[in-house]
Amino acid sequence: MLVKTIFSGFGGQGVLMMGVSLANSGMNEGYHVTYLPAYGAEMRGGTANCTIAIGDEEIASPVASEPNYLVVMNSPSLFTFQNKVTSGGTIFLNSSIINDRPNRRDVKVVCIPCADIAQELGNIKVANIIMMGAYIKISGVVSPDIYLKSLESIMGSKKKSLAEINRKAFAAGFDYVKD
Amino acid sequence: MNKVLMSGNNIIGEAAIRAGCRFYAGYPITPQNELTEYMAEHMRNVEGGIFIQSESEIAAINMIAGASAAGLRVMTSSSSPGISLKQEGISSMAACELPGIIVNIMRGGPGLGNIRPSQGDYFQATRGGGHGDYRTIVLAPASCQELGDLTMSAFDLADKYRNPVMILADGMMGQMMEPVIFKKPKPRVYSKKFMLQGAGTGKSKFIRGLLLDPIDSEEHNWKLARKYEVVSKNEPRHEEYKIDDAQMVIVAYGTAARIAKGAIKRLRNNGLNVGLFRPITLWPFPELQLRALAAKVKKYLVFEMSTGQMLDDVRLALQGYADIEFHGRPGGAVPTPAELANVIARVYDKND
Repeated sequence: MLVKTIFSGFGGQGVLMMGVSLANSGMNEGYHVTYLPAYGAEMRGGTANCTIAIGDEEIASPVASEPNYLVVMNSPSLFTFQNKVTSGGTIFLNSSIINDRPNRRDVKVVCIPCADIAQELGNIKVANIIMMGAYIKISGVVSPDIYLKSLESIMGSKKKSLAEINRKAFAAGFDYVKD
Repeated sequence: MNKVLMSGNNIIGEAAIRAGCRFYAGYPITPQNELTEYMAEHMRNVEGGIFIQSESEIAAINMIAGASAAGLRVMTSSSSPGISLKQEGISSMAACELPGIIVNIMRGGPGLGNIRPSQGDYFQATRGGGHGDYRTIVLAPASCQELGDLTMSAFDLADKYRNPVMILADGMMGQMMEPVIFKKPKPRVYSKKFMLQGAGTGKSKFIRGLLLDPIDSEEHNWKLARKYEVVSKNEPRHEEYKIDDAQMVIVAYGTAARIAKGAIKRLRNNGLNVGLFRPITLWPFPELQLRALAAKVKKYLVFEMSTGQMLDDVRLALQGYADIEFHGRPGGAVPTPAELANVIARVYDKND
């Protein structure tokens, strides 16, 4: 098994956090993992992306030329990466702010209005965790419990109340996706 | 000790501090900034830890030379263009037999190049880099775990041979996060007689690289050469992967070796028996180990993210006993395992 995922969006949307939390939970599940951020002259409001590889064998290349999953939080990311996704793969998109849809028919598209759900929960910052809820449910790469535990341990030093809202956000995204 | 997920740059910093590094000087450059940042944050939490963001790369290398002469475990880091600036200092440290770690998180070159991962500094690292008859020990990790392990052994090697040691990785290794377990560092073995610790602490000592008398200087050069001979004999390290039934062997180090492993898995699924020879020390190059392999395997492909630098060492090691092909992607381009697999498949059955 080798699963590669690209997370992409605006800087500030928590895109790298999505990647770090997934990579950590993959590690805690006992898998080999790599996390590779796009680096360089980045800025708030600019674009950010990262690639996570999770596998049961040593991971050769942390780069994904044909990712199984693509998670896009803004429109530019959709245009940049949609054609990279492997045939039969899945694209998750933040439908609250992305009006466009992928023009490919060989991939599954999952639309999550995560910014709207986040606003309902009263904290726009958790839009990324809502998306992670949907991502974990559909991909099944790691178990929801391990994901939440890993997330908590990464956020460890920060406020306790964050853990609670993150849990709620994760559940909202997880439940938004119908079985 | 628990497994933690950390970026390569941070791992080098953490491993260095655990290994007893107490003086770090550096100047920012992408893609190694996170290492300088890590040292800035964590050096102050250890007793006697000193972090200096120097005014230049040249200042940083000379600061660590000074701190090394005073007996501290020292490190500096940079990326390709910054490492070029440090060469005079590295030459001086080798001349004065000062231990110290220089980390090069390589990026595309020549010149300012770009900030993508590359392996174009092999010659500079393994041939001394600066002026004069000297060598630096060069370690080439290929995973985040190895970054941690080799950073710790770099300090031991530097002390053992009283010589600068370079850790040669690239932007990919520096930026990538992988799980790592920090091992327990060995206790430091380094005689006080080499340390400058002020008046009244033993006989006066000379630590200098300027030897105006040519006969003195010649003797000093031969002394260093004898040391390098011992290093060449004792320290070569390499990894072999799926060598036993291999018809063809890929020679690659660092990130290129990871890509090669991925390619080899694909090729083996298609029935092509390909193995990997991965030098872990680039200097000393595992020359005899590779030559011994030539008794069995007659076909090699050197793969580097450069136009062909380690290729020279492979040629010297194999001495015409085997056929050598080359594939390179210089300037910051990183090929996929699939691309490399296609290249290998093309030459696998080729008969010259």
